[in-house]
Amino acid sequence: MKAIIAGIAAIIVVSAAAWYGLNQAGFSSQELNSGDNVRLD
Amino acid sequence: MRALLCLLFFCLALPLAAQETDAPPPDRSATGGAQTLEDIIARQRGEQIDDTFRRENVGDPDSAAGIASQLGTLGGASDPDLWRALRFNSADVSVSAGGDVAKVLVQDGGMGWYQFRQGPLATYGGYLLLGTIGLLVLFFLLRGRIRVDREKVGRTVTRFQFAERMAHWVLAGSFILLGFTGLFVKYGRDYIAPYLGKDFNAALLLASKFVHNNVAWAFMLALVVVFFMWVWHNIPNRTDLTWFAQAGGIVGSKHPPAKKFNAGQKIIFWSVILLGGSISMSGLSLLFPFEMPLFAKTFGILNNLGVPGLLGLADLPTALAPQEEMQLAQAWHAIVSFVLMAIIIAHIYIGSIGMEGAYDAMGSGEVDEAWAHQHHSIWLEEVKAKQKEASTAATPAE
Repeated sequence: MKAIIAGIAAIIVVSAAAWYGLNQAGFSSQELNSGDNVRLD
Repeated sequence: MRALLCLLFFCLALPLAAQETDAPPPDRSATGGAQTLEDIIARQRGEQIDDTFRRENVGDPDSAAGIASQLGTLGGASDPDLWRALRFNSADVSVSAGGDVAKVLVQDGGMGWYQFRQGPLATYGGYLLLGTIGLLVLFFLLRGRIRVDREKVGRTVTRFQFAERMAHWVLAGSFILLGFTGLFVKYGRDYIAPYLGKDFNAALLLASKFVHNNVAWAFMLALVVVFFMWVWHNIPNRTDLTWFAQAGGIVGSKHPPAKKFNAGQKIIFWSVILLGGSISMSGLSLLFPFEMPLFAKTFGILNNLGVPGLLGLADLPTALAPQEEMQLAQAWHAIVSFVLMAIIIAHIYIGSIGMEGAYDAMGSGEVDEAWAHQHHSIWLEEVKAKQKEASTAATPAE
């Protein structure tokens, strides 16, 4: 049971890190395809 | 994996093959070379027609009339010629932003992708999952739970260390989350919105997308860890043949000898690694739209290897619009995911209610020696030999 709980905790930690990292990297299509001439928000 | 590739080749290349084997094109002199009523009706019937008479009919700037002559300002291409060029993605389009993606103004492949997604993918994907569950229920009713034949001895042996179990549960937990959220996205509009409302469905799908995009990284990480952790134990060997010959002890009363993993578990392992790896690749391609095109290159390699020819098909297309790359990535992602989900459902069955004592291996990590002897006899002997060796070394000589 401990391994399951640790696994779930790891999923949460990795997912949160991915969410933070991806947003810091500006991965969204909105950010990637926006420019001086194109506004997508 | 090979079967899946063949299926995709078949789906993609069938239209091309059909075009090549079609009868000579009909006489279009009455329409001046434009499409005829027969062409339109054939298309409406869903038949594949050779469209080169339209695809290549996009004007001829080299023989344009002089600029002061009649129609000279059109530059050798009429408006219909221009629209055909846009339609078949051969027009010389300039855009100020958006790159190659924005240069595609008309992309009719989207309709085929949409129909595939709404039709065969949804139907056969659903049948596959429900059929797998149905077969397992039937199997359970016929075979019952696989019990430990001998009486349990009460002594346990460590089957999986904590790190192994944790990596397994990261992979398992993330896969279950990815599976459910993927199914919500696929079937939500058809099966959730009508009953629970569009607002609920929209909120669920938005949350699903968030979970899917982020939990995917835990899955990929665990996939790599599990690969390196267990690959050595999953290399096929001679004992696997005995396992297959005795149907793994699942049918009948024999219990074939096995090392740490038996042949059935090796199938699960390689399915997870190969299909999971393929899903991860296509998933990354979807997560970073238009930045990781996979299919044009893959098709080029397969064409060079002559794979489509072996299947009696024409070469696969290697000039794909960015949007087509995304459509293929999405279709592939979903097809392989359905197959892996079906395999994992069977794995969950045998690891829980299907076999007595199987859950303990991944739960506490400790299994009864009677269970270990029945299912992994060679591995048990190896473990006991190591234990004996360790205790001998620890005991000082008198």
